[in-house]
Amino acid sequence: MEQAFDITLTVNGTAVTRRVEARQHLVDFLRDELGLTGSHTACEHGVCGACTVRVDGQIVRGCLMLAVQANGCRVDTVEGLSDSKELAKLQKAFHERNALQCGFCTPGMLMAAQDLVLQKKKFSREEIRNHISGNYCRCTGYQAIVDAIEDVIQQA
Amino acid sequence: MKAPAFAYVKPKSLEEVFELLERHGEAAKILAGGQSLIPSLNMRLSAPELLIDITGLKQLANISLEAGVLSIGALVTHAQIEGSEVVRKHAPLLAEAVGHVAHPAIRNRGTFGGSLALADPAAEYPAVALALNATIFLKSEKGERRVAAGEFFKGLFETDLRKGEVLVGAEIPAQLKDERSVFLELARRHGDYAIVGLAAFKGAAGTRFAFLNAGAKPVLARNAAAKESLAEAKEALSKELDPPADLYNSADTKKHLAGVLLARAWNRLST
Repeated sequence: MEQAFDITLTVNGTAVTRRVEARQHLVDFLRDELGLTGSHTACEHGVCGACTVRVDGQIVRGCLMLAVQANGCRVDTVEGLSDSKELAKLQKAFHERNALQCGFCTPGMLMAAQDLVLQKKKFSREEIRNHISGNYCRCTGYQAIVDAIEDVIQQA
Repeated sequence: MKAPAFAYVKPKSLEEVFELLERHGEAAKILAGGQSLIPSLNMRLSAPELLIDITGLKQLANISLEAGVLSIGALVTHAQIEGSEVVRKHAPLLAEAVGHVAHPAIRNRGTFGGSLALADPAAEYPAVALALNATIFLKSEKGERRVAAGEFFKGLFETDLRKGEVLVGAEIPAQLKDERSVFLELARRHGDYAIVGLAAFKGAAGTRFAFLNAGAKPVLARNAAAKESLAEAKEALSKELDPPADLYNSADTKKHLAGVLLARAWNRLST
């Protein structure tokens, strides 16, 4: 049986075709094959959320999806949403609220937060916390991150 | 933390899946949402030679209601369950439980059938299935088997799934007007594995308390459910539960917390 496959997917609006090994997960593919190192690999078993990317409009753990499974899908990463300015408000709020220190979790945190912002509801701080509960930050203590997300949700 | 090499195939029909299972036997594993399987591959706890990706079988991704019975396909995601009006209305216990299943990014891919087939003792759906007396549907080349949740879960990650069978979905009786249910869970962080949890259901035939992470498989506390008062029920529960300790909680702590959940559920079911 085959262990390597040719896949075609749209990454940040650009169609790409590559040959991948079945064992390679999506974030390694994005980082190692496409040089998109904004999505981070850390725990690689779905606990930390640093690898959060969007597949066909839904946020997923990039480390818990195989690259071969993304064949035919539309994948958006923090680079794409940053370049398109979709994340501009959140990035500004994170900056203003000091919602990061080392920055390692920030790409995943922004992807998870934007998922909430897109729902265009006035979420409570409790709901914001629940939504980012799958994203670990070891620096900030989360308070400032919740502040930043709340700012953007209030503006909307 | 990288998965070992394996082959991959994405069949277009169940017949193809059966053939692959027949040909590869134990060396093959079924991949659905992958939210438990891929971590176990990444951690090299599992090293199958072949992954059979069944996510192309779209007919297994539906929720439907017919004649008072809710059918949920194996490939229905947690997010689908969370967003389903039919589930909210007719299986409120399941709707309440899904919010406790991991985190949004995981709920977008993880599946109903995957959770049942894995039978993690800390998972929500097996306990819900047990509390609601769900029927689990298994298909193989030989045909279909229907197994009651009470018989399906056999032990730690162990089920009645036989060689060559695929879990294709489950049926849940829709909740009637005078029936009540409640799902409760205690975890260190919202969405993390439960320290202990409880799926409770009260109907004309009686009350069912199904505890999760209180044993090797979901545990039905029959004696507690048969009692008239909460005090008696708590007493009975402490005798019939024997939860294993984990890294953070002793068996006694878990037993105590199970009693706390029983009291909360008892009060919600009787008001």
